[in-house]
Amino acid sequence: MIRVIVKRLLVGVLVMWGAASLIFLIVRVAPGDPATILLGPDADPAQIAELTTRLGLDQPKLTQYVHFLADVARFDFGESYRLGRPAMSEVLTRLPATAELMLTSTAIAVVFGVTLGLLAGARPGRMVDRVVSASTIALQSFPTFWVGIMLILVFALWLGVLPSADAGTPAHLVLPAVTLALPFTATVARLTRTSVAETMREPYIQTARSKGLTEPQVLLGHALRNSLIPVVTIVGLHMGGLMGGAVIVENVFAWPGLGSLIVDAVAGRDYEVVQAATFLIAGIVMLFNLVADLLYSRLDPRIKLDTVS
Amino acid sequence: MRRIPYLVLALYALVGGLGPLLIEYDPVPTSLPDRLRPPGSDVSYGTAWLGTDALGRDVLAQVVYGARTSVIIGICTVALACLIGVAVGTAAGYFRGWLDTVLARGIDILLAFPAILLTIVIAGAFERSVLLVVTALSATAWISFARVTRGIALSLRERPWVDAARVLGVPRPAILVRHILPFTIGPVVALATLEFALVVLAEAGLSFLGIGLPNSAVSWGQTIANGKQYLETAWWISALPGIALSVLIVNIGILGDQLTARYGRGHLR
Repeated sequence: MIRVIVKRLLVGVLVMWGAASLIFLIVRVAPGDPATILLGPDADPAQIAELTTRLGLDQPKLTQYVHFLADVARFDFGESYRLGRPAMSEVLTRLPATAELMLTSTAIAVVFGVTLGLLAGARPGRMVDRVVSASTIALQSFPTFWVGIMLILVFALWLGVLPSADAGTPAHLVLPAVTLALPFTATVARLTRTSVAETMREPYIQTARSKGLTEPQVLLGHALRNSLIPVVTIVGLHMGGLMGGAVIVENVFAWPGLGSLIVDAVAGRDYEVVQAATFLIAGIVMLFNLVADLLYSRLDPRIKLDTVS
Repeated sequence: MRRIPYLVLALYALVGGLGPLLIEYDPVPTSLPDRLRPPGSDVSYGTAWLGTDALGRDVLAQVVYGARTSVIIGICTVALACLIGVAVGTAAGYFRGWLDTVLARGIDILLAFPAILLTIVIAGAFERSVLLVVTALSATAWISFARVTRGIALSLRERPWVDAARVLGVPRPAILVRHILPFTIGPVVALATLEFALVVLAEAGLSFLGIGLPNSAVSWGQTIANGKQYLETAWWISALPGIALSVLIVNIGILGDQLTARYGRGHLR
């Protein structure tokens, strides 16, 4: 087990190196001189030349790359000129808001997704199953940002029961978290449905029924637990998708998290922040994937972790 | 019932293709009294069946022109991603060796980022254009094509007819094209349908954030974003293009599921 974890972490370090290099490549290949962009159109050439030297932009690309990697290894992503402070510390101050949003959404998605999936999977082909299946397709297809705006329209403007933007109170969390959770709920529900429907065909379910247990007892006591194993994995593996969704949802609701920071940074050519944020996100996503894999083999001892991959 | 998705998609293709020829769209604001009029109002250039936006522009025309943008970007991206993915995937699966290793590691690196994040960074770094959006979206879209075709090529390379071709001295490129590639068509078509839905959604998301497409392009995401400020007084600006987008995605999704059930990955085994 320890060997597998160490091996995975080493591969992870390689992937992070690749990820950092990819972002460096994209950002440095992009046209436009960062110094000119940062100082604006009115800057005089002397200022631009000074900033270019200070940022190390006058050095060969390869030298810049080596310096960049050395800085990344120390988690130093330079200073954001737009915000006037170290890029990584700005990213870290925005992280809790995004984490709060993602955790709440995950909780919503798991509770409702598992419940719906259980109801649908208990009797495949029946009315409940069809309604759940149809609505999950719809939930997965609607564009998140549009759903968010429609929720603002109904709950904030027409009914006036929830705030439409900003953060602070639990009420502010409701609409963004629900918006982000909806497609994920559908994913969890579909997976739980398939898993429960499969489990219900197992011999031990027949045994449970024949010893006279009621249907709820069979479902909750015997079917649910084994059906949840794939659900645990998908929650871990879906963190990347959820993070992507958060980028858009945060912009709809003006949520002060990483997602709105990244979009502002991209629009403002604030490459230090873009690099710091993408690196941190890649690291978090990778850790969640690793934890999901490890949990999977813990929960179901029949599954052996592939030591190679 | 099974035909419905085909009919809906045909309708979108028709509207996207012919609509712009029939409906005039003036991206430059015309007159003040036409601003924020509800659906069905009479405006200076006729009837605005879906209302007008804050600059007095017709929302119906934006939905029609937006359909064209979405369909064009969707088709170009899926075609490019499919070409790259299938070429890399079949080659890696058939030849194995270093190519396969490089592919696997490359995919690991790309998957370390949420897809939309990588798209945003690429699209934000360069000069805005339709080509840039297609490239940015293809940067992640090719992965699923490569994975699926790699798996197929991997299982096919051991089959007797491939062995026979090898023994007969058929050149390797010919084996790939004639004896491996035809078997990928079914799963690739099914996948392309689902990818098309994802690409259209991602493009709308990008233009909602104001990244990628030039301001002159009409896109659903942009219209929805513009309407957000006027939700209280003019809900139709955001609501109606979103419905057009959702209906399209739902139908592609259903079609994709049908095709996957018929030609999907499990089909070969």
